[in-house]
Amino acid sequence: MAVLELANVSKHFGAIQAVNDVSLALHAGEVVGLMGDNGAGKSTLVKMIAGNFRPSHGTMRMNGAELVLHRPVEARQHGIEIVYQDLALCDNLTAAANVFLGRELRRGMGPLRILDYKAMYRRAGEIFKELKSETRPRDLVKQMSGGQRQAVAIARTMLSEAKIVLMDEPTAAISVRQVAEVLNLIRHLRDSGIAVVLISHRMPDVFAVADRVIVMRRGRMVADKPIAASSPEEVTGLITGAIEQV
Amino acid sequence: MAITLDREIGQRQQTWVGSILSSQTFWVLIAVILACIFLSFATDTFATTRNFYNITRNFTFVAIIALGMTLVIITGGIDLSVGSVLCLCSMVLAVVMNAGYSLEVGVAVSIATALLIGAFNGVLIAYLSFPPFVVTLGMLSIARSLAMVVSNNSVVFQFGPDHDLLLSIGGGAWFFGIANPVIFMIVLAIVTGFVLRWTRFGRYVFAIGGNEQAARLTGVPVNGIKVTVYMVSALAAGVAGIIQTGWLGAVTTNIGAGMELQVIAAAVIGGANLAGGVGTASGALIGAALIEVIRNSLGLLGISAFWQGTFIGGATVLAVLFDRIRNLRQSE
Repeated sequence: MAVLELANVSKHFGAIQAVNDVSLALHAGEVVGLMGDNGAGKSTLVKMIAGNFRPSHGTMRMNGAELVLHRPVEARQHGIEIVYQDLALCDNLTAAANVFLGRELRRGMGPLRILDYKAMYRRAGEIFKELKSETRPRDLVKQMSGGQRQAVAIARTMLSEAKIVLMDEPTAAISVRQVAEVLNLIRHLRDSGIAVVLISHRMPDVFAVADRVIVMRRGRMVADKPIAASSPEEVTGLITGAIEQV
Repeated sequence: MAITLDREIGQRQQTWVGSILSSQTFWVLIAVILACIFLSFATDTFATTRNFYNITRNFTFVAIIALGMTLVIITGGIDLSVGSVLCLCSMVLAVVMNAGYSLEVGVAVSIATALLIGAFNGVLIAYLSFPPFVVTLGMLSIARSLAMVVSNNSVVFQFGPDHDLLLSIGGGAWFFGIANPVIFMIVLAIVTGFVLRWTRFGRYVFAIGGNEQAARLTGVPVNGIKVTVYMVSALAAGVAGIIQTGWLGAVTTNIGAGMELQVIAAAVIGGANLAGGVGTASGALIGAALIEVIRNSLGLLGISAFWQGTFIGGATVLAVLFDRIRNLRQSE
């Protein structure tokens, strides 16, 4: 069964039809590349899954049960995690502090509960180890490389039992070596049974890591096929409109 | 591979000594100590009990308010109204006690006034997205004017039935001969330091200053924290006002005028970054101490008081300059 199913989902802002009648399914342990030109509706689609917007039409179902999200926090409660394009990190805090931001571990009782630094450092260290990333929990994010920053942002999604991780342009604006690191992180999420949606402009990354590619153009889904059955040329054609639909 | 990864992840970026040596607060503390040593030799009057008593008592009020200001500055905000809030809270206390009410009532009304003003500032800044500079600049004017209104711009020096108690709180030395204001300052500094380091609230204050948008996205209640921070700042000014009233034994409508700049200077000298995200409670204290030592020493060295502003301003710029140099080096 699909982890998440979208059935005939549309979203319009006034007269603008941002997403038009999209149906798709996400399965556990697969990476789906979501591609499309600027303004094709990728972000709007993802924001509906993330609880930022509510669909104008259509329904979302999670593990068969209808899913209605009013706020991003509710999406998170359902195991939907987002890695934002700018990573949403606080440079002045440590890696561990960023991983646990908004979900700090505390010890003690009642109003006198204090931050449990030790537990947070340890848990963050475990996650980084699991991600095979050389990221030190005690380091300030300010001094980290792009790849390490990604690891911190991704580590956040691993705190809870995430079912779906949405990643917005995770490989934009980082070095080639770091791209490889991030792609490994994505494979790692997939191997632990998470459905990953990778929004990207970078064709090579999508073809390197995704199992399936979904292409959007002008609010419509124009392709949803296994990566093995497609080619970069075909996807480019779909994005630009040279190929209408497959 | 696994071993090196383990070692890499387990490693600390900086040693304990290293992190102390790289903190601005530490170097300002060294400057304060060096200045004190120099002055002890250069003058006969500096290293006397009486002068130390004066210094500590003088800088406590700035230091107490600087504690609250540090919280505001860490979130990336500023509170220009603290001098006027101090004046209004002192005046409210004075007027209420002068009317024959007890100390408890006076303090309660005064604290309530402070919290109300802080909440007003905070709500405009957090929920209506007003620039902190504008809101608190307005409050600077409003609070002082209200102080004149409630007192009819008079001097109050009679505090009703609890007159002596109030003066003893501000002017006495109940424990080990340490002036009471100093005790208040130390307790408040410890509380502030604890909150910043060990509570979720403190963590959120830093997070907001580091990246407000990120804090929002990760579910930090940004608006609530901001309102609280401005309430704490006003509260600090109110508490300082209450203690100062007892110390001075009289309240006029011009106390605390221009104090906001000294307070901000103290916080900045102590290492708080006006861009947000950085600051400590100990820094606020040490910054305030440096300012007072400069003021005091100029007097003792026989240098005209007109030079005070130049030296304090110079120290502020110098402290930030060191911070800039260190950041430049790091980014290279």
